[in-house]
Amino acid sequence: MARMKFLCDSERCIECNGCVTACKNANETEWGIQRRRVVTLDDGEIGKEVSISVACMHCSDAPCMAVCPTDCFYPTEDGLILHNKDACIGCGYCLYACPFGAPQFPKQGAFGARGKMDKCTFCAGGPESDPVLEEQKYGANRLREGKLPLCAEMCSTKALLAGDAQEVADIFRERVVYRGHRNSAWSAVEHEAAENEQLAQQAADLAYDATQRA
Amino acid sequence: MNALWISHPGQSKPWLYLLLLCLFSLPLSAWGQSAADPRREALQSMPGTTPDFWRDAVEGVTGRTTSRSPGADTLIMTEGERWRQLRNQWISPGGAIALGGTLVALLGFYLLVGQIKLAHPRSGRKIERWTRWDRTIHWYVASLFIILGLTGLSILYAKWFLQPILPTSVWAAWMNAAKNIHNYLGPLFALGVVAMIVKWLKHNFFNLTDLKWFLRGGGIIGKAHPSAGYLNGGEKVWFWMIVLVGLTVVASGLVLDFPNFGQSRETMQLFLVIHAVASLILLAASFGHIYIGTLGTEGALEGMKTGYVDETWAKQHHDLWYAEVKGKDLP
Ligand code: SF4
Ligand code: SF4
Ligand code: SF4
Repeated sequence: MARMKFLCDSERCIECNGCVTACKNANETEWGIQRRRVVTLDDGEIGKEVSISVACMHCSDAPCMAVCPTDCFYPTEDGLILHNKDACIGCGYCLYACPFGAPQFPKQGAFGARGKMDKCTFCAGGPESDPVLEEQKYGANRLREGKLPLCAEMCSTKALLAGDAQEVADIFRERVVYRGHRNSAWSAVEHEAAENEQLAQQAADLAYDATQRA
Repeated sequence: MNALWISHPGQSKPWLYLLLLCLFSLPLSAWGQSAADPRREALQSMPGTTPDFWRDAVEGVTGRTTSRSPGADTLIMTEGERWRQLRNQWISPGGAIALGGTLVALLGFYLLVGQIKLAHPRSGRKIERWTRWDRTIHWYVASLFIILGLTGLSILYAKWFLQPILPTSVWAAWMNAAKNIHNYLGPLFALGVVAMIVKWLKHNFFNLTDLKWFLRGGGIIGKAHPSAGYLNGGEKVWFWMIVLVGLTVVASGLVLDFPNFGQSRETMQLFLVIHAVASLILLAASFGHIYIGTLGTEGALEGMKTGYVDETWAKQHHDLWYAEVKGKDLP
Protein backbone atom coordinates (compact mmCIF):
# COMPACT_ATOMS: atom_id res chain seq x y z
CA MET A 1 0.00 0.00 0.00
CA ALA A 2 1.15 3.47 -0.73
CA ARG A 3 2.30 5.57 2.15
CA MET A 4 1.37 9.20 1.58
CA LYS A 5 3.77 11.96 2.53
CA PHE A 6 4.46 15.59 1.85
CA LEU A 7 7.83 16.88 0.82
CA CYS A 8 8.78 20.54 0.74
CA ASP A 9 11.87 21.44 -1.22
CA SER A 10 13.00 24.60 0.52
CA GLU A 11 15.30 25.51 -2.36
CA ARG A 12 12.24 26.01 -4.51
CA CYS A 13 9.69 27.48 -2.13
CA ILE A 14 9.20 31.17 -2.95
CA GLU A 15 6.75 31.92 -0.15
CA CYS A 16 3.91 32.75 -2.51
CA ASN A 17 1.38 31.14 -0.15
CA GLY A 18 -0.29 29.54 -3.17
CA CYS A 19 -0.53 26.24 -1.26
CA VAL A 20 -2.24 27.99 1.64
CA THR A 21 -4.76 29.61 -0.66
CA ALA A 22 -5.31 26.43 -2.66
CA CYS A 23 -6.01 24.52 0.55
CA LYS A 24 -8.46 27.13 1.75
CA ASN A 25 -10.21 26.98 -1.59
CA ALA A 26 -10.29 23.21 -1.90
CA ASN A 27 -11.55 22.61 1.60
CA GLU A 28 -13.57 25.78 2.32
CA THR A 29 -12.29 25.78 5.86
CA GLU A 30 -13.91 27.96 8.48
CA TRP A 31 -12.84 31.55 9.00
CA GLY A 32 -9.57 31.64 10.89
CA ILE A 33 -8.58 28.09 10.07
CA GLN A 34 -5.50 27.65 7.99
CA ARG A 35 -4.53 24.03 7.51
CA ARG A 36 -1.27 24.86 5.83
CA ARG A 37 1.14 27.70 6.49
CA VAL A 38 4.42 28.90 5.08
CA VAL A 39 7.14 29.74 7.58
CA THR A 40 9.99 31.94 6.37
CA LEU A 41 13.19 31.77 8.37
CA ASP A 42 15.74 34.58 8.35
CA ASP A 43 13.27 36.67 6.42
CA GLY A 44 14.97 39.33 4.32
CA GLU A 45 18.51 38.17 4.96
CA ILE A 46 20.10 37.71 1.59
CA GLY A 47 21.58 34.28 1.09
CA LYS A 48 20.03 32.94 4.24
CA GLU A 49 16.28 33.28 3.79
CA VAL A 50 14.41 30.02 3.38
CA SER A 51 10.72 29.24 3.31
CA ILE A 52 9.01 26.04 4.07
CA SER A 53 5.41 25.00 3.73
CA VAL A 54 4.03 23.11 6.74
CA ALA A 55 0.81 21.26 7.41
CA CYS A 56 0.02 18.01 9.18
CA MET A 57 2.84 15.57 8.46
CA HIS A 58 0.66 12.51 8.99
CA CYS A 59 3.20 11.17 11.46
CA SER A 60 4.06 7.50 11.68
CA ASP A 61 3.66 7.44 15.45
CA ALA A 62 1.26 10.34 15.71
CA PRO A 63 1.52 12.31 18.97
CA CYS A 64 -1.95 13.82 18.46
CA MET A 65 -3.47 10.36 18.34
CA ALA A 66 -1.59 9.28 21.46
CA VAL A 67 -2.88 12.11 23.64
CA CYS A 68 -6.43 12.55 22.32
CA PRO A 69 -8.80 11.83 25.25
CA THR A 70 -11.57 10.70 22.92
CA ASP A 71 -9.31 8.60 20.72
CA CYS A 72 -10.94 10.14 17.69
CA PHE A 73 -7.91 9.85 15.38
CA TYR A 74 -7.38 6.90 13.11
CA PRO A 75 -4.70 5.99 10.60
CA THR A 76 -5.81 5.12 7.10
CA GLU A 77 -4.38 2.47 4.84
CA ASP A 78 -2.42 5.20 3.09
CA GLY A 79 -0.74 6.16 6.35
CA LEU A 80 -2.81 9.31 6.77
CA ILE A 81 -3.92 10.49 10.19
CA LEU A 82 -7.58 11.48 10.03
CA HIS A 83 -10.01 12.25 12.84
CA ASN A 84 -13.68 12.09 13.68
CA LYS A 85 -15.07 15.55 14.42
CA ASP A 86 -18.20 14.15 16.06
CA ALA A 87 -16.11 12.73 18.89
CA CYS A 88 -13.72 15.69 19.10
CA ILE A 89 -14.30 17.72 22.26
CA GLY A 90 -12.01 20.58 21.35
CA CYS A 91 -9.69 20.04 24.30
CA GLY A 92 -6.67 21.20 22.33
CA TYR A 93 -4.43 18.33 23.50
CA CYS A 94 -3.54 17.39 19.92
CA LEU A 95 -2.24 20.92 19.36
CA TYR A 96 -0.17 20.73 22.54
CA ALA A 97 1.43 17.46 21.41
CA CYS A 98 1.85 18.13 17.68
CA PRO A 99 5.40 19.17 16.73
CA PHE A 100 4.18 20.99 13.63
CA GLY A 101 1.34 23.12 14.97
CA ALA A 102 -1.04 21.38 12.59
CA PRO A 103 -4.31 21.16 14.56
CA GLN A 104 -6.46 24.25 14.14
CA PHE A 105 -9.44 25.52 16.09
CA PRO A 106 -12.21 27.87 14.99
CA LYS A 107 -12.09 29.76 18.29
CA GLN A 108 -10.14 30.10 21.50
CA GLY A 109 -12.86 31.03 23.96
CA ALA A 110 -13.49 31.15 27.69
CA PHE A 111 -14.28 27.80 29.35
CA GLY A 112 -12.04 26.13 26.77
CA ALA A 113 -14.58 26.62 23.99
CA ARG A 114 -12.51 25.88 20.92
CA GLY A 115 -15.01 24.24 18.61
CA LYS A 116 -14.03 21.13 16.66
CA MET A 117 -10.43 20.59 15.71
CA ASP A 118 -9.64 20.87 12.03
CA LYS A 119 -6.45 19.93 10.28
CA CYS A 120 -5.02 18.86 6.96
CA THR A 121 -6.64 15.65 5.77
CA PHE A 122 -4.24 15.20 2.84
CA CYS A 123 -7.40 16.10 0.93
CA ALA A 124 -8.82 12.73 1.90
CA GLY A 125 -12.04 13.87 3.61
CA GLY A 126 -13.07 12.17 6.79
CA PRO A 127 -15.27 9.54 8.42
CA GLU A 128 -18.65 10.46 6.96
CA SER A 129 -20.48 8.25 4.48
CA ASP A 130 -22.61 11.06 3.02
CA PRO A 131 -20.30 12.94 0.60
CA VAL A 132 -22.13 16.25 1.14
CA LEU A 133 -21.72 16.04 4.89
CA GLU A 134 -18.16 14.85 4.46
CA GLU A 135 -17.33 17.90 2.39
CA GLN A 136 -18.98 20.22 4.90
CA LYS A 137 -17.13 18.78 7.86
CA TYR A 138 -13.79 17.74 6.47
CA GLY A 139 -13.41 19.44 3.12
CA ALA A 140 -12.56 17.86 -0.18
CA ASN A 141 -11.93 14.17 -0.68
CA ARG A 142 -9.68 14.46 -3.69
CA LEU A 143 -7.95 11.18 -3.05
CA ARG A 144 -11.22 9.32 -3.63
CA GLU A 145 -11.48 11.07 -6.99
CA GLY A 146 -7.99 9.88 -7.83
CA LYS A 147 -6.48 13.34 -7.39
CA LEU A 148 -3.61 14.46 -5.23
CA PRO A 149 -3.79 17.23 -2.58
CA LEU A 150 -4.58 20.59 -4.10
CA CYS A 151 -1.86 22.46 -2.19
CA ALA A 152 0.86 20.45 -3.91
CA GLU A 153 -0.94 20.37 -7.24
CA MET A 154 -1.15 24.17 -7.29
CA CYS A 155 2.42 24.79 -6.16
CA SER A 156 3.87 26.94 -8.95
CA THR A 157 7.49 25.93 -8.40
CA LYS A 158 6.71 22.35 -7.45
CA ALA A 159 8.50 22.89 -4.18
CA LEU A 160 5.67 21.14 -2.40
CA LEU A 161 5.20 17.54 -3.42
CA ALA A 162 2.54 15.20 -2.11
CA GLY A 163 2.04 11.55 -2.81
CA ASP A 164 3.58 8.17 -2.35
CA ALA A 165 6.58 8.62 -0.07
CA GLN A 166 8.88 6.62 -2.32
CA GLU A 167 7.93 8.56 -5.43
CA VAL A 168 8.30 12.03 -3.93
CA ALA A 169 11.65 11.04 -2.46
CA ASP A 170 12.79 9.80 -5.86
CA ILE A 171 11.83 13.11 -7.45
CA PHE A 172 13.75 14.95 -4.79
CA ARG A 173 16.79 12.75 -5.23
CA GLU A 174 16.82 13.41 -8.93
CA ARG A 175 16.70 17.13 -8.24
CA VAL A 176 19.59 16.97 -5.85
CA VAL A 177 21.65 15.11 -8.41
CA TYR A 178 20.90 17.70 -11.12
CA ARG A 179 21.39 20.67 -8.85
CA GLY A 180 24.84 19.42 -8.13
CA HIS A 181 27.32 20.94 -5.82
CA ARG A 182 25.77 24.28 -4.95
CA ASN A 183 22.27 25.03 -3.85
CA SER A 184 21.76 21.43 -3.24
CA ALA A 185 19.33 21.08 -0.44
CA TRP A 186 17.98 22.65 2.69
CA SER A 187 18.93 26.28 3.09
CA ALA A 188 21.51 28.22 1.19
CA VAL A 189 24.28 26.57 3.17
CA GLU A 190 26.85 25.14 0.81
CA HIS A 191 27.18 21.43 1.05
CA GLU A 192 30.00 19.25 -0.06
CA ALA A 193 29.24 16.94 -2.90
CA ALA A 194 29.48 13.96 -0.61
CA GLU A 195 26.94 15.53 1.63
CA ASN A 196 24.56 15.94 -1.30
CA GLU A 197 24.78 12.28 -2.00
CA GLN A 198 24.19 11.60 1.64
CA LEU A 199 21.14 13.84 1.80
CA ALA A 200 19.65 12.28 -1.27
CA GLN A 201 20.29 8.84 0.09
CA GLN A 202 18.80 9.84 3.41
CA ALA A 203 15.61 11.00 1.76
CA ALA A 204 15.36 7.82 -0.22
CA ASP A 205 16.01 5.65 2.82
CA LEU A 206 13.39 7.42 4.82
CA ALA A 207 10.89 7.06 2.05
CA TYR A 208 11.67 3.38 1.83
CA ASP A 209 11.30 3.12 5.59
CA ALA A 210 7.96 4.88 5.47
CA THR A 211 6.62 2.48 2.87
CA GLN A 212 7.76 -0.45 4.98
CA ARG A 213 6.11 0.86 8.10
CA ALA A 214 2.79 1.64 6.46
CA MET B 1 4.64 0.48 16.98
CA ASN B 2 2.93 -0.76 20.03
CA ALA B 3 -0.46 -2.20 19.17
CA LEU B 4 -1.61 -1.79 22.73
CA TRP B 5 -1.12 1.87 22.55
CA ILE B 6 -3.01 2.74 19.45
CA SER B 7 -6.54 1.60 19.90
CA HIS B 8 -8.35 2.49 16.74
CA PRO B 9 -11.52 0.62 15.90
CA GLY B 10 -10.94 -2.96 14.98
CA GLN B 11 -7.75 -3.31 16.93
CA SER B 12 -8.89 -2.45 20.41
CA LYS B 13 -9.13 -5.17 22.98
CA PRO B 14 -11.67 -3.88 25.48
CA TRP B 15 -11.28 -6.84 27.79
CA LEU B 16 -7.60 -6.23 27.97
CA TYR B 17 -7.97 -2.61 28.98
CA LEU B 18 -10.63 -3.49 31.49
CA LEU B 19 -8.50 -6.18 33.00
CA LEU B 20 -5.50 -3.94 33.18
CA LEU B 21 -7.45 -1.13 34.74
CA CYS B 22 -9.32 -3.29 37.20
CA LEU B 23 -6.16 -4.90 38.45
CA PHE B 24 -4.51 -1.52 38.75
CA SER B 25 -1.33 -3.34 38.19
CA LEU B 26 -0.48 -1.95 34.82
CA PRO B 27 3.07 -2.87 34.10
CA LEU B 28 4.72 0.26 32.83
CA SER B 29 5.90 -1.62 29.80
CA ALA B 30 2.31 -2.08 28.66
CA TRP B 31 2.13 1.68 28.29
CA GLY B 32 5.45 1.89 26.63
CA GLN B 33 5.66 3.04 23.09
CA SER B 34 8.30 3.99 20.67
CA ALA B 35 8.83 7.70 20.99
CA ALA B 36 7.34 9.72 18.17
CA ASP B 37 10.08 11.25 16.21
CA PRO B 38 9.49 14.75 14.89
CA ARG B 39 12.99 14.61 13.47
CA ARG B 40 12.11 11.65 11.29
CA GLU B 41 8.97 13.40 10.10
CA ALA B 42 10.92 16.56 9.43
CA LEU B 43 13.64 14.69 7.56
CA GLN B 44 11.00 12.97 5.53
CA SER B 45 9.04 16.03 4.54
CA MET B 46 11.78 18.64 4.52
CA PRO B 47 14.65 16.69 3.06
CA GLY B 48 17.95 18.42 3.23
CA THR B 49 17.38 18.81 6.93
CA THR B 50 20.94 19.23 8.11
CA PRO B 51 22.26 18.88 11.63
CA ASP B 52 22.53 22.68 11.71
CA PHE B 53 18.94 23.04 10.76
CA TRP B 54 17.84 20.47 13.28
CA ARG B 55 19.69 22.27 16.05
CA ASP B 56 17.83 25.47 15.17
CA ALA B 57 14.55 23.64 14.93
CA VAL B 58 14.74 21.98 18.34
CA GLU B 59 15.66 25.32 19.81
CA GLY B 60 12.28 26.43 18.51
CA VAL B 61 13.44 28.53 15.58
CA THR B 62 10.74 30.99 14.58
CA GLY B 63 10.10 32.72 11.33
CA ARG B 64 7.51 34.83 9.64
CA THR B 65 4.14 33.43 8.67
CA THR B 66 0.70 34.66 7.75
CA SER B 67 -1.04 32.12 9.97
CA ARG B 68 -2.66 33.44 13.14
CA SER B 69 -2.81 30.04 14.84
CA PRO B 70 -1.09 29.90 18.27
CA GLY B 71 2.62 29.21 17.83
CA ALA B 72 2.34 29.25 14.05
CA ASP B 73 5.63 31.10 13.66
CA THR B 74 7.48 28.23 15.34
CA LEU B 75 8.54 25.72 12.74
CA ILE B 76 8.78 22.70 15.05
CA MET B 77 7.76 22.50 18.69
CA THR B 78 9.65 19.64 20.29
CA GLU B 79 8.25 20.12 23.82
CA GLY B 80 5.05 18.39 22.76
CA GLU B 81 6.81 15.06 22.72
CA ARG B 82 8.01 15.50 26.29
CA TRP B 83 4.50 16.39 27.38
CA ARG B 84 3.13 13.35 25.64
CA GLN B 85 5.62 11.08 27.39
CA LEU B 86 4.93 12.66 30.78
CA ARG B 87 1.21 12.37 30.38
CA ASN B 88 0.98 8.94 28.81
CA GLN B 89 3.89 7.15 30.43
CA TRP B 90 3.93 8.63 33.90
CA ILE B 91 0.81 10.51 34.88
CA SER B 92 -1.78 8.08 33.49
CA PRO B 93 -0.30 4.89 34.92
CA GLY B 94 0.94 6.66 38.07
CA GLY B 95 -2.51 8.05 38.77
CA ALA B 96 -4.14 4.67 38.18
CA ILE B 97 -1.72 3.07 40.61
CA ALA B 98 -2.24 5.82 43.21
CA LEU B 99 -6.03 5.66 43.03
CA GLY B 100 -6.16 1.88 42.85
CA GLY B 101 -3.58 1.52 45.61
CA THR B 102 -5.56 3.80 47.91
CA LEU B 103 -8.73 1.83 47.29
CA VAL B 104 -6.97 -1.44 47.98
CA ALA B 105 -5.39 -0.05 51.16
CA LEU B 106 -8.76 1.20 52.41
CA LEU B 107 -10.41 -2.10 51.63
CA GLY B 108 -7.64 -3.90 53.49
CA PHE B 109 -8.03 -1.57 56.45
CA TYR B 110 -11.77 -2.14 56.50
CA LEU B 111 -11.37 -5.90 56.36
CA LEU B 112 -8.72 -5.92 59.07
CA VAL B 113 -9.97 -3.27 61.46
CA GLY B 114 -13.57 -2.76 60.41
CA GLN B 115 -15.73 0.19 61.33
CA ILE B 116 -14.74 2.26 64.35
CA LYS B 117 -17.82 1.73 66.49
CA LEU B 118 -19.19 3.97 69.21
CA ALA B 119 -17.59 2.75 72.43
CA HIS B 120 -20.68 3.45 74.50
CA PRO B 121 -24.40 3.44 73.74
CA ARG B 122 -25.84 6.61 72.27
CA SER B 123 -26.92 9.12 74.85
CA GLY B 124 -29.75 10.45 72.73
CA ARG B 125 -28.61 14.00 73.46
CA LYS B 126 -27.39 15.92 70.42
CA ILE B 127 -24.79 18.67 70.05
CA GLU B 128 -24.56 20.94 67.03
CA ARG B 129 -21.28 20.33 65.21
CA TRP B 130 -21.76 21.81 61.74
CA THR B 131 -23.95 24.85 61.13
CA ARG B 132 -26.23 25.14 58.14
CA TRP B 133 -23.53 27.25 56.46
CA ASP B 134 -20.84 24.67 57.12
CA ARG B 135 -22.96 21.92 55.68
CA THR B 136 -24.01 23.95 52.64
CA ILE B 137 -20.41 24.72 51.77
CA HIS B 138 -19.31 21.15 52.44
CA TRP B 139 -21.92 19.52 50.24
CA TYR B 140 -21.60 22.18 47.55
CA VAL B 141 -17.87 21.53 47.28
CA ALA B 142 -18.29 17.77 47.71
CA SER B 143 -20.85 17.35 44.94
CA LEU B 144 -18.86 19.50 42.53
CA PHE B 145 -15.73 17.58 43.49
CA ILE B 146 -17.36 14.28 42.60
CA ILE B 147 -18.71 15.57 39.29
CA LEU B 148 -15.37 17.16 38.38
CA GLY B 149 -13.56 14.02 39.47
CA LEU B 150 -15.67 11.75 37.30
CA THR B 151 -15.49 14.01 34.26
CA GLY B 152 -11.78 14.64 34.76
CA LEU B 153 -11.04 10.94 35.10
CA SER B 154 -13.06 10.37 31.93
CA ILE B 155 -10.80 12.76 30.08
CA LEU B 156 -7.72 10.94 31.35
CA TYR B 157 -8.83 7.31 31.36
CA ALA B 158 -12.19 6.68 29.69
CA LYS B 159 -10.67 5.94 26.31
CA TRP B 160 -9.20 2.81 27.84
CA PHE B 161 -12.34 1.28 29.21
CA LEU B 162 -15.47 3.18 28.11
CA GLN B 163 -14.72 3.82 24.48
CA PRO B 164 -14.33 0.15 23.51
CA ILE B 165 -17.74 -0.74 24.94
CA LEU B 166 -19.82 2.29 23.90
CA PRO B 167 -21.26 2.99 20.46
CA THR B 168 -19.39 5.93 18.90
CA SER B 169 -22.35 8.33 19.17
CA VAL B 170 -22.83 7.65 22.90
CA TRP B 171 -19.09 7.85 23.47
CA ALA B 172 -18.91 11.18 21.64
CA ALA B 173 -21.90 12.57 23.53
CA TRP B 174 -20.47 11.54 26.91
CA MET B 175 -17.03 12.97 26.22
CA ASN B 176 -18.46 16.25 24.94
CA ALA B 177 -20.65 16.48 28.03
CA ALA B 178 -17.73 15.58 30.28
CA LYS B 179 -15.53 18.31 28.86
CA ASN B 180 -18.24 20.97 29.04
CA ILE B 181 -19.38 20.01 32.53
CA HIS B 182 -15.77 20.02 33.71
CA ASN B 183 -15.01 23.38 32.15
CA TYR B 184 -18.19 25.18 33.27
CA LEU B 185 -18.39 23.80 36.80
CA GLY B 186 -14.68 24.22 37.49
CA PRO B 187 -14.86 27.94 38.35
CA LEU B 188 -17.89 27.29 40.61
CA PHE B 189 -15.83 24.67 42.44
CA ALA B 190 -13.04 27.22 42.80
CA LEU B 191 -15.42 29.62 44.57
CA GLY B 192 -16.55 26.86 46.92
CA VAL B 193 -13.01 25.85 47.81
CA VAL B 194 -12.08 29.43 48.64
CA ALA B 195 -15.25 29.91 50.74
CA MET B 196 -14.51 26.67 52.58
CA ILE B 197 -10.95 27.67 53.36
CA VAL B 198 -12.04 31.08 54.64
CA LYS B 199 -14.83 29.59 56.74
CA TRP B 200 -12.78 26.86 58.40
CA LEU B 201 -9.32 28.36 58.60
CA LYS B 202 -9.66 29.43 62.23
CA HIS B 203 -10.24 25.84 63.41
CA ASN B 204 -7.28 24.41 61.56
CA PHE B 205 -4.12 25.65 63.20
CA PHE B 206 -2.08 22.78 64.58
CA ASN B 207 -1.41 22.55 68.31
CA LEU B 208 0.17 20.20 70.83
CA THR B 209 -2.99 18.12 71.08
CA ASP B 210 -2.67 17.34 67.37
CA LEU B 211 0.95 16.25 67.84
CA LYS B 212 -0.11 13.78 70.53
CA TRP B 213 -2.97 12.70 68.30
CA PHE B 214 -0.51 11.94 65.50
CA LEU B 215 1.87 10.11 67.84
CA ARG B 216 -1.01 7.85 68.71
CA GLY B 217 -1.84 7.38 65.01
CA GLY B 218 -5.23 8.93 65.54
CA GLY B 219 -6.25 6.12 67.85
CA ILE B 220 -4.80 3.15 66.05
CA ILE B 221 -1.90 2.93 68.50
CA GLY B 222 -2.82 2.36 72.13
CA LYS B 223 -6.12 1.68 73.77
CA ALA B 224 -7.91 4.88 74.62
CA HIS B 225 -8.90 7.35 71.92
CA PRO B 226 -6.44 10.27 71.82
CA SER B 227 -7.71 13.67 72.81
CA ALA B 228 -8.91 16.04 70.14
CA GLY B 229 -10.48 19.45 69.93
CA TYR B 230 -13.18 20.55 67.50
CA LEU B 231 -11.09 19.12 64.67
CA ASN B 232 -8.53 16.36 65.09
CA GLY B 233 -5.09 16.21 63.49
CA GLY B 234 -6.31 14.11 60.58
CA GLU B 235 -9.07 16.54 59.73
CA LYS B 236 -6.58 19.38 59.85
CA VAL B 237 -4.23 17.55 57.48
CA TRP B 238 -7.09 17.12 55.02
CA PHE B 239 -7.90 20.82 55.37
CA TRP B 240 -4.31 21.83 54.60
CA MET B 241 -4.24 19.42 51.67
CA ILE B 242 -7.24 21.27 50.30
CA VAL B 243 -5.44 24.55 50.83
CA LEU B 244 -2.21 23.46 49.14
CA VAL B 245 -3.20 20.82 46.61
CA GLY B 246 -6.79 22.01 46.16
CA LEU B 247 -5.77 25.57 45.39
CA THR B 248 -3.13 24.24 42.99
CA VAL B 249 -5.80 22.25 41.19
CA VAL B 250 -8.10 25.26 41.10
CA ALA B 251 -5.47 27.75 39.94
CA SER B 252 -4.03 25.49 37.26
CA GLY B 253 -7.55 24.63 36.16
CA LEU B 254 -8.39 28.29 35.67
CA VAL B 255 -5.31 28.77 33.48
CA LEU B 256 -6.46 25.85 31.32
CA ASP B 257 -10.10 26.90 31.31
CA PHE B 258 -9.45 30.33 29.82
CA PRO B 259 -7.17 29.84 26.83
CA ASN B 260 -8.53 33.12 25.49
CA PHE B 261 -5.70 34.98 27.21
CA GLY B 262 -3.34 33.61 24.61
CA GLN B 263 -1.35 31.12 26.71
CA SER B 264 1.34 29.46 24.65
CA ARG B 265 1.30 25.73 23.96
CA GLU B 266 4.20 25.28 26.35
CA THR B 267 2.30 27.05 29.14
CA MET B 268 -0.70 24.82 28.56
CA GLN B 269 1.48 21.69 28.66
CA LEU B 270 2.96 22.75 31.99
CA PHE B 271 -0.40 23.52 33.57
CA LEU B 272 -1.95 20.34 32.21
CA VAL B 273 0.76 18.38 34.01
CA ILE B 274 0.33 20.34 37.25
CA HIS B 275 -3.46 20.04 37.08
CA ALA B 276 -3.40 16.30 36.45
CA VAL B 277 -0.85 15.46 39.15
CA ALA B 278 -2.47 17.66 41.81
CA SER B 279 -5.97 16.40 40.96
CA LEU B 280 -4.91 12.78 41.19
CA ILE B 281 -3.28 13.38 44.59
CA LEU B 282 -6.42 15.14 45.82
CA LEU B 283 -8.64 12.36 44.49
CA ALA B 284 -6.60 9.65 46.19
CA ALA B 285 -6.68 11.60 49.47
CA SER B 286 -10.42 12.17 49.10
CA PHE B 287 -10.95 8.41 49.06
CA GLY B 288 -9.50 8.33 52.55
CA HIS B 289 -11.64 11.25 53.68
CA ILE B 290 -14.80 9.72 52.25
CA TYR B 291 -14.05 6.36 53.83
CA ILE B 292 -13.40 7.79 57.29
CA GLY B 293 -16.42 10.07 57.04
CA THR B 294 -18.85 7.33 56.03
CA LEU B 295 -18.12 3.64 56.30
CA GLY B 296 -15.09 3.93 58.55
CA THR B 297 -16.54 5.71 61.56
CA GLU B 298 -19.92 5.07 63.10
CA GLY B 299 -21.81 8.31 63.59
CA ALA B 300 -19.52 10.57 61.58
CA LEU B 301 -21.72 11.06 58.54
CA GLU B 302 -24.78 12.14 60.54
CA GLY B 303 -22.82 15.15 61.76
CA MET B 304 -22.40 16.49 58.27
CA LYS B 305 -25.90 15.36 57.27
CA THR B 306 -27.95 16.80 60.09
CA GLY B 307 -25.46 19.11 61.70
CA TYR B 308 -25.80 17.31 65.03
CA VAL B 309 -23.78 14.51 66.62
CA ASP B 310 -24.59 12.35 69.60
CA GLU B 311 -22.87 13.31 72.85
CA THR B 312 -21.35 9.84 73.03
CA TRP B 313 -19.72 10.34 69.64
CA ALA B 314 -18.47 13.79 70.59
CA LYS B 315 -16.98 12.52 73.85
CA GLN B 316 -15.24 9.66 72.07
CA HIS B 317 -13.79 11.47 69.08
CA HIS B 318 -13.50 15.12 70.14
CA ASP B 319 -13.35 15.07 73.93
CA LEU B 320 -11.81 18.51 74.34
CA TRP B 321 -14.43 20.07 72.10
CA TYR B 322 -17.15 18.23 74.00
CA ALA B 323 -15.86 19.59 77.27
CA GLU B 324 -15.69 23.07 75.81
CA VAL B 325 -19.26 22.91 74.52
CA LYS B 326 -20.53 21.56 77.80
CA GLY B 327 -18.51 24.17 79.66
CA LYS B 328 -17.10 21.65 82.07
CA ASP B 329 -13.96 19.70 82.79
CA LEU B 330 -13.69 16.17 81.60
CA PRO B 331 -14.89 13.57 84.04
S1 SF4 C 1 -1.58 16.61 13.69
FE1 SF4 C 1 0.58 16.88 14.16
S2 SF4 C 1 1.06 15.13 15.45
FE2 SF4 C 1 -0.83 14.62 14.40
S3 SF4 C 1 -0.20 13.51 12.58
FE3 SF4 C 1 -0.40 15.68 12.01
S4 SF4 C 1 1.66 16.52 12.26
FE4 SF4 C 1 1.62 14.56 13.35
S1 SF4 D 1 -9.13 18.68 20.31
FE1 SF4 D 1 -10.34 16.98 19.51
S2 SF4 D 1 -8.96 15.85 18.21
FE2 SF4 D 1 -7.69 17.18 19.46
S3 SF4 D 1 -7.12 15.93 21.23
FE3 SF4 D 1 -8.98 17.03 21.82
S4 SF4 D 1 -10.67 15.66 21.29
FE4 SF4 D 1 -8.85 14.90 20.22
S1 SF4 E 1 -3.40 18.17 1.52
FE1 SF4 E 1 -5.35 19.19 1.21
S2 SF4 E 1 -6.02 19.61 3.30
FE2 SF4 E 1 -3.83 19.19 3.45
S3 SF4 E 1 -2.82 21.19 3.30
FE3 SF4 E 1 -2.93 20.34 1.22
S4 SF4 E 1 -4.82 21.19 0.36
FE4 SF4 E 1 -4.93 21.45 2.58
